[in-house]
This record gives sequence, C-alpha cells and structure tokens, in this order.
Amino acid sequence: MTDLPTETTRKMGLVIDLDTCVGCHACVISCKGWNTENYGAPLSDQDAYGADPSGTFLNRVHSYEVQPEACGTDPAHAAQLIHFPKSCLHCEDAPCVTVCPTGASYKRVEDGIVLVNESDCIGCGLCAWSCPYGARELDLAAGVMKKCTLCVDRIYNENLPEEDRVPACVRTCPAGARHFGDLGDPTSDVSQLVAERGGMDLMPEQGTKPVNKYLPPRPKDTLAAQGMEQGAGDIDLLAPLLAPVTEEAGGFLGWLDRALDKLPGGQS
Amino acid sequence: MHPAPPVIAFTTLSGLGFGLLFFLGLGLPAVTGWVAFIFYAIAYALAVGGLLASTLHLGRPERAWKAFSQWRSSWLSREGCCAVVALLTMGLYAIGAIFLETHWPFLGALGAALSIATVFTTSMIYAQLRTVPRWNMIPLTPALFLTLSLAGGALLAGQESKATGLLVLAGLTLLAYWHQGDRAFDTSGTTIASATGLGTRGQVRAFEPPHTGTNYLLREFVHQLGRKHAARLRVIGFVLAIVLPLLCLALPVGGLALKHALAGLAVLSHIIGVACTRWLFFAEAEHVVGLYYGKR
Ligand code: SF4
Ligand code: SF4
Ligand code: SF4
Repeated sequence: MTDLPTETTRKMGLVIDLDTCVGCHACVISCKGWNTENYGAPLSDQDAYGADPSGTFLNRVHSYEVQPEACGTDPAHAAQLIHFPKSCLHCEDAPCVTVCPTGASYKRVEDGIVLVNESDCIGCGLCAWSCPYGARELDLAAGVMKKCTLCVDRIYNENLPEEDRVPACVRTCPAGARHFGDLGDPTSDVSQLVAERGGMDLMPEQGTKPVNKYLPPRPKDTLAAQGMEQGAGDIDLLAPLLAPVTEEAGGFLGWLDRALDKLPGGQS
Repeated sequence: MHPAPPVIAFTTLSGLGFGLLFFLGLGLPAVTGWVAFIFYAIAYALAVGGLLASTLHLGRPERAWKAFSQWRSSWLSREGCCAVVALLTMGLYAIGAIFLETHWPFLGALGAALSIATVFTTSMIYAQLRTVPRWNMIPLTPALFLTLSLAGGALLAGQESKATGLLVLAGLTLLAYWHQGDRAFDTSGTTIASATGLGTRGQVRAFEPPHTGTNYLLREFVHQLGRKHAARLRVIGFVLAIVLPLLCLALPVGGLALKHALAGLAVLSHIIGVACTRWLFFAEAEHVVGLYYGKR
C-alpha cells in the first residue's frame, strides 16, 4: 500500500545553499549523466538536435531576481540574482506517494527516500500533478515517472570509493553549494548547517513537510551603502590595488630609464 | 493544466453513463426486455467508453490493472475499483431486467449507490490536489461532478421533471464553481514568494528558466493557450449544457415524435456543453508549479 510510513528511521536529504550556488548547472548535467545510465529507465530527450529540444531532468536550476523594497535609508538597493536548483525534496508528507494508484510510488522507511518502482508505474501522471515543486517528470520514451532518487545507487554503493558515496550533484558542485546528510539527526553536519543559517522549507503552506532545506542568501551589495554613509558616493574597489608599488624603477630597466633621461631632449 | 482529450472524454462520458445507471438502478424508468437492453447499452457504452478513453492517457496502459491495488490511499485507485464493482452490480441487475423481466430492487439500489459513488471518486481525484487551487475546492468540485452527472443521467433516462430540477441545480453549482474558482489561486496562499522562500527579501521575479526549451512540466501544467477564449467558452458551455436542454424540456409540444426529437436535441446539446465546460475545467486550472517559471 502506498500509505506513508508514520516515521522514517533517518531523513536523508539535501541542503542547498542559495548563497553560494553560482548557477553553473554542473549538478544538472552530472545528475542527468548518472541517472540516465543507472537506476531505472534512461532519461530520454526528444528532438535533442532539432528545433524544439526537450528532455527529462531530475534537477533543474532556475534563476530569480529579487528586488528589495526601497526605503528611506536605502532608496536604491541593488537587485540580487539568486540561482535556485530544484529537485525532489523527499517530503515527509509526500502527496505524490498517497495519490499513486499502483503502489509504484513509495517512501522508504529506512532513510525516507521517495522512489518510483518503474515496473509498477502505469504512467498516469497523477503523482506529478500532486507535487507542488515540479519534481517529477513523465519520461516520454519510457512512459514511466522519473524523479530524483537521491542517488540511492551511489550513497550505499560499496563499489565506489568512499568520497563518491554521495549524490552525483553534491559530488560535482564546484561551489560547495550542495550538502547531503541525515536531516533527522540534529547533530549531523547538515542539521547544524540548517540551524546555523536558518534553513527554510519551500511552500510550507502546501503541507508537504519537505526534508530538503534551502539556506537563504546572505545579504549582499552593502559596499555601495557603506560608500554612501561615508559620503564617498561610488567608490572604486580596485583603485588601491592599481596604485604603483614603487615610483623608482630598478635594475637594468632603471639604468636604461636613467640613461635615456640623460640624453639631450630626454627629460621633458 | 493541459486539457488532454482522453481525460475530458473520460470525465464527460463516464459521468453521464454512471448518471444514467443511477436512475436505471432506481427503476426510473423501470424498463424490461428490449427497451431495457437499449437503455443499458447506452449507459455501458458511455461509462465503459469513458473508462477506456482514460487509459489512452496512461504512459503504460498495459499495466492499468495494477491501479486496483491501492484503494486504501489513492482516489484514482478507489475510482477504478468503484467503477468495476458498480458496473458488475448493475450488469447483474440489467440481466434481470432484460432477460428475466424482473427487477431486484435491493441490487438496483446498491448499483445506483455505487454508480454515483464512482462519480464522487472521480471528482475527488481532482478535488484532493492542493497543487491546483481551482480544483481543491471541497465540496464545490465534487458537487459540480455529481450534479452534472445526475442531470445528464436524468435527461438520458427521460425523467423530465427530475432533469429540470437537476439541470437548474447543476447550473447554479457551475456558476458557483466559476465564481469561487476565479479566486482560488489568490486565496491559496501559494505565491512565488513562498515557492522560492525569498519573499521576505523583496519582490521575486523569475529571471531565467532552467532551460531555453520547453519541458514536461510546462506542457502538462502551464497551459495558457486558449485561456483567452475562456469567457466565451463559459457562455457557450453554459448555454449548451444547461439553458438549451432546459428550454427543450419546457417547450409545450404535442406530438410524440417532436417530443422525442426535442429530448434528443437536449441530450446532444447537454453532452457537448458538458464537454466544453470540462475542457475549461482543465484549461483554466492553474498548477502552483507554474510559479517557479513565473507563470500561471
Ligand atoms: S518534492 Fe514532490 S516528488 Fe518529491 S517527495 Fe515532495 S511531493 Fe513528492
Ligand atoms: S505515474 Fe506511476 S508513480 Fe506516478 S502515480 Fe501514476 S502509477 Fe504512480
Ligand atoms: S553545481 Fe552547485 S553551483 Fe552549480 S548550479 Fe548546481 S548547486 Fe549551483
């Protein structure tokens, strides 16, 4: 039965740092690379080299612009660009599991990972309808539902070197913006990170209780504000670095410089 | 939501079919023999035809039978189970009516209850989805499916006075559904601010989508095409599904042939009208995932 487990032993999931993600899409590619070759049906593309390409992805990176409100002390705050990776959040109250008519969708008791048993899936699409985050995509070639598996075939895989036993996206992220661990254990690194940085849920009002957390971006763009406080207006950040280190040239060039100066008409 | 023809055909036709079975089960009309055969043939063609159409929508239709297993948690599974049990029960009742010229009232009542319960389970597939605020209206969404199914069933069963009352009721429900549905998304509390969690920092705007091309999510959930015709289609759907059938029923005509022709026109107009409103039911429904793409 696709009833949800009342409790899972662990709550494995991701913590995504919106402060450090640079929007490089490396996680998108490594995710597709690993998951098209391993667990379940490949992630197909349609019209991949044609005019209207599309395909199945388990992780997609959006970009949002946030424009802070103008206020008295800060009349023209700069807008901030925030890159926003999104994959399955392995919700505790996963609606995608309970709507499934075949039992193909399930949540594991041992680690809370939400998976699709593809040989039972009839491709009705109802689970994708019920997911508020757009984390499930019906693969057009296979006719079954695809979703993030939290790289279940990596994290416990003894054939891989230990450092590779994390999800492909986490392993690949060049910015260190993705963290993997047990969010049910308050002493774990990821739980502490969430506590420290005020990790948040997406769409909490949907009642899905996501396991994955997002770390909000730290405030940026304060330099201009500082400049304004000092009455300096626009300050040139690089100016101090561009100042000459020494006015006197030494060595051969120095000798040449001085020698040329001595020639008639040299020193102007 | 993408208005997929199989799903529209399914909800429209099977709704009507089960509506007709409801009345037949109650002995309205208490037909036997050949007449009963024709009535049941129509009801089963509609109900079963709708169910078969819905399987066209599946990625792997050959495994559809697996959908009977999760009735404890899934409305879609409940719907499948309920439909099969209703069809079997009414099938038995139909055998009595057609071949044995007898009515088993208890079996009929049970079949009628199961038939209408099937329509309810269908409506709950949509009404349960919090992700689509326009559908997530209980009791309005189930009420809409039930009243339309009963009105259509009464029309098909030739229950004129009941059909009139039920059509009026269905019309009022439809208006209420549209009225409340237009506000549902805004009152759901889900916005791009809550979707990204960035709302406290300022105005959030979708700057770049993940890919330059389209994808499954956009095709399935962000159907903006044709919404511009929504207002016109509402009028057309309402007139065809409710007003015209009501007029056909109300016209005081003498001849039996003319009466039958008008009844046929009422049924036809009703079916097209309901299909039209069902198209709108999907096309106008906005999924919250659109917010991530800066769309509705
Ligand atoms: S993010 Fe979507 S697919 Fe993943 S568990 Fe939550 S509801 Fe299900
Ligand atoms: S698409 Fe597959 S996994 Fe999703 S609800 Fe349907 S049968 Fe279940
Ligand atoms: S790989 Fe890391 S930095 Fe690049 S888009 Fe993904 S999460 Fe962001």
